[in-house]
Amino acid sequence: MPDLGLEVLFKGQNMVRLLGGLGVALKISLIAVGVSIPLGILLGILMAGKNRVVKAILRVYLEIIRIMPQLVLLFIFFFGTTRIFGWDLSGELAAIIVFILWGTAEMSDLVRGALISIPKHQYESGEALGLSGRQIYFFIVVPQAVRQLIPLSINLVTRMIKTTSLILMIGVVEVLKVAQQIIEANRMVSPNAAFGVYLAVLVLYFIACWPISMLAGYLEKKWR
Amino acid sequence: MAEHLLTVRGLTKRFGSNTVLKDISFQVERGEVIVVIGPSGCGKSTLLRCINALEPIEGGEVLLENDVVNPGGKNLIELRQKIGMVFQSYDLFPHLTVLKNITLAPMKAQKRKKAEVEAEAMALLERVGLKDKAQSYPRELSGGQKQRVAIVRALCVHPELLLFDEVTAALDPEMVREVLDVMLNLAATGKTMIIVTHEMRFARAIADRVLFLDGGDIVEEAPPERFFTAPETERAKRFLETFEFKSVKARPATP
Repeated sequence: MPDLGLEVLFKGQNMVRLLGGLGVALKISLIAVGVSIPLGILLGILMAGKNRVVKAILRVYLEIIRIMPQLVLLFIFFFGTTRIFGWDLSGELAAIIVFILWGTAEMSDLVRGALISIPKHQYESGEALGLSGRQIYFFIVVPQAVRQLIPLSINLVTRMIKTTSLILMIGVVEVLKVAQQIIEANRMVSPNAAFGVYLAVLVLYFIACWPISMLAGYLEKKWR
Repeated sequence: MAEHLLTVRGLTKRFGSNTVLKDISFQVERGEVIVVIGPSGCGKSTLLRCINALEPIEGGEVLLENDVVNPGGKNLIELRQKIGMVFQSYDLFPHLTVLKNITLAPMKAQKRKKAEVEAEAMALLERVGLKDKAQSYPRELSGGQKQRVAIVRALCVHPELLLFDEVTAALDPEMVREVLDVMLNLAATGKTMIIVTHEMRFARAIADRVLFLDGGDIVEEAPPERFFTAPETERAKRFLETFEFKSVKARPATP
């Protein structure tokens, strides 16, 4: 059996430190999720609406956020704002801002897609029954859109959790950064620690994301 | 003096530069069953959609008794409750059970009591043979069953006029009958209906009057017996011939 460097995990506080790093990653992503889902719903409704100016502005926002790699956004908010505006954002705050901007954009596109996917005939049969526009929206369109949306938005949550692995680049000590520190500290005594520690990181991300994916799959099946 | 429930006067509908309905006028009496037939693309479905204000119109007017039915018009919601419509593609609400599909509009749009509406819905479902499907979802039903639910859903709003837009066109042949039987039943109880259909024998059985539409015009208007046996216009004759097949069995006798 080759030396996988697993023993490093059980040295001192290493496991606790890794879990703490995961906690930081989860905290940032969950705060961002909590803000970007309601905001995304609001923008998505506007994007599916009729106001062309609002739609054009939101489209530009969505495209910019989509085209830019998240890492570039992180650098802009962490380093860029310090140079230009003299803001001294902490790494965590910059990360939360970027994740909110990104999550809101993605969520709004999911909401827009779900809303426009409701066939015209659903509106028409509601109209033909004498329901008002508002009643059609709340009793026919929204319930169907939500059913489509929940699995997709849950997948967005797991994507956001995984993408927090980038924030070590702006100095936030999250799970991957802790892993690097542990590996560095044990370079001499356990040269194979890289394997064991990164394996542990993989398992931790899996434990965080798998139940969420399962939930999405379950809801998708239930409502199909 | 007959009482006109619906008056269509000079109705004109264009899609861009294409005039789909040209100056259409007719009246429907209470209790009358009108069947609209004609080749595809002649504007039959558009006519029904205009009567229900699902399409804006470019000219003329649609009156239900004395009220103008017009997209964006006042009382449109109340007027639409008096005009039921059943679509070719059923268009049930997929996220609601059969019973909730039926009771949604009576409860929300008409603010009627849940118990009363549900009792009526169940009675209507029983009449169309679907009482045991009340708690099913639309995806669990066959096409014919869905269409019968759609008819019940329209009926439960207590419309004075019912519009049927090719309601059997998307059905398998063996399911057509169960839907047509429901409609015959409604006609027998004196419902006022305008039916767009391609089922000629059904049209003949149910209609009080046939409107033959071609190229956006009412080309012929006649009682069904006369229309189907002795159509007056050449176009109606040609149209009816497309439903006939000449036998090829009479081969020349072999010596």
